[in-house]
Amino acid sequence: MGRPPREIEALIAAFARLPGLGPRSARRAVLHLLARRAQAMEPLAEALRRVAATARDCSVCGSIDTTDPCAICADPRRANGAICVVEDVADLWAMERAGAFAGRYHVLGGTLSALDAVGPDDLRIPALVARVAAEGVGEVILALPATVEGQTTAHYIAEALAPTGVAVTGLAQGVPVGGELDWLDDGTIGAAMRARRRF
Amino acid sequence: MRRRAVRGSPQASAAAVIRSLRIAGFRSHAEVRLVPEGRPVALWGANGAGKTNLIEAVSMLSPGRGLRAAAPEDLARRGGPGWKVAAELAAPGGDRAVETWAAAGEPRQVRIDGKAAPQAALAGVLRVLWLTPAMDRLWTEAPEGRRRFLDRLTLSFDPGHAAAAQDYDRAMRERNRLLRDQVADARWYAALEAQMAAAGARMAAARAAAVARIARALAAEAVFPVPDLAVTLPQDADDGGDLAAALAAGRRRDMAAGRTLAGPHRADLSAVWAAKGVPAALCSTGEQKALLVSVVLANARALAEDTGQAPALLLDEVAAHLDPDRRAALHRAIGALGCQAFITGTEPALFEGLDALRLRVTERGGESVLEADP
Ligand SMILES: Nc1ncnc2c1ncn2[C@@H]1O[C@H](COP(=O)(O)OP(=O)(O)O)[C@@H](O)[C@H]1O
Ligand SMILES: [Mg+2]
Ligand SMILES: [Zn+2]
Repeated sequence: MGRPPREIEALIAAFARLPGLGPRSARRAVLHLLARRAQAMEPLAEALRRVAATARDCSVCGSIDTTDPCAICADPRRANGAICVVEDVADLWAMERAGAFAGRYHVLGGTLSALDAVGPDDLRIPALVARVAAEGVGEVILALPATVEGQTTAHYIAEALAPTGVAVTGLAQGVPVGGELDWLDDGTIGAAMRARRRF
Repeated sequence: MRRRAVRGSPQASAAAVIRSLRIAGFRSHAEVRLVPEGRPVALWGANGAGKTNLIEAVSMLSPGRGLRAAAPEDLARRGGPGWKVAAELAAPGGDRAVETWAAAGEPRQVRIDGKAAPQAALAGVLRVLWLTPAMDRLWTEAPEGRRRFLDRLTLSFDPGHAAAAQDYDRAMRERNRLLRDQVADARWYAALEAQMAAAGARMAAARAAAVARIARALAAEAVFPVPDLAVTLPQDADDGGDLAAALAAGRRRDMAAGRTLAGPHRADLSAVWAAKGVPAALCSTGEQKALLVSVVLANARALAEDTGQAPALLLDEVAAHLDPDRRAALHRAIGALGCQAFITGTEPALFEGLDALRLRVTERGGESVLEADP
């Protein structure tokens, strides 16, 4: 039995490295694209090229956009005095989908874990402290997972912000234990946001 | 789902009844079908015949790694494709079908009433308590074994105990890593210690409630020796009632030790034979076993009262250690609870007076064979 040509093997291997895909689903996806080169493969390649050329990390909040600062950081209407701290960009998108928050964000890029060698300096905590002073922020909302790592990170940030005097709140934990924002439906996120409490 | 017993009703506590049981590819058992219909099952046979293997299979109907705390890869029949245990249960709310299995090298799966379910959901269908020869030295050996026993007792009353213990353990392992890496960030320690204090308080409260509940149920014990149980901490693990403060104060000491010293992860379960005032560790082997039997029976009675459903009892080689009076008392207790019991021994004479489905277990060419007793 012959193997697929080397270029196609390499494409399958690249797909298989994506989260949620294994070798078998990667092969299926590539076969699907090969069978629809004009309708599916060319547009996908073009979209990848465009995003790869334009994607930027926002130097203010750590989100990803095609501009730096990102659209949210650049929008003066989002400067409502509140910053919502999230673990990653997926959580930011989940909050935006839910339409539950009108202020700006701060994306940490992870949670504290000595076991996984992620320390405070690997997260964007000093940048958050600096923003609170510079942007005249009155409230920091910690929308972090209800896991040990998430809550340790929340505790750490609350302590780091204590000298600034800013109000620090946490999402109400009606949220399932260990639940991450990305998995919650919009109504749940909205309810957790409205019922937030002083941390 | 917990069901409260209807107070005053003559059938206040129904037992979980295993109607039928199918075991496939589990250790020495290629294929076993049993129809206990709630009757106790007495298994007898020579050493190595496969008696413990069979009740270990039954223990997989509860969450966790079973009564041997075995590594998952040891459970499947050597060279086989995987194992499966399926049971039909008659519970107070109606019949339930429970299946659990693992293909070789794959994680264990659970299906309840035909629907995929998390392993933890098993605890809501059937509670399983056990007593095994590995626990014979429980009172004399290191505290880890007693702590595991205490946590299983606690878990039987309070399924939420597992999450508290997991959170505590996770936060402590994080903190131990900081200690070993000589990290000095006080804020990071404080954040982890706050998690440990919150989870540790839930753990300690659940353990104390379980021990108090067992103590109340032990008051009804007439034949077996009754222990005074207490959760204790070694002196250097005592937090003086404020774990967060004790951890903060102990950082330098813990850094020198390379691990966290204070906290409920070092708890121990102490037992003193109440009538004699003798610590369990100083009792004879038979007395130590009898103390364990009374605790397990009390646990079963308490669960029957609190949940309206007596747990299944797996008693491995228990009868051999007991004198004839206590053996008879154990058989009566099983009858009174009306619980689904599995009991093993080397001789059929050990089950005299027990109304049970008796099965002889023998080993033929590396495979266990079950025969109904004539
Ligand atoms: N994964 C396995 N596959 C096949 N046989 C096994 C497996 N694990 C244990 N055994 C066999 O089971 C036997 C022990 O059975 P066990 O139930 O402990 O005996 P007993 O009747 O004394 O309680 C041993 O002979 C052992 O080789
Ligand atoms: Mg055995
Ligand atoms: Zn931004």
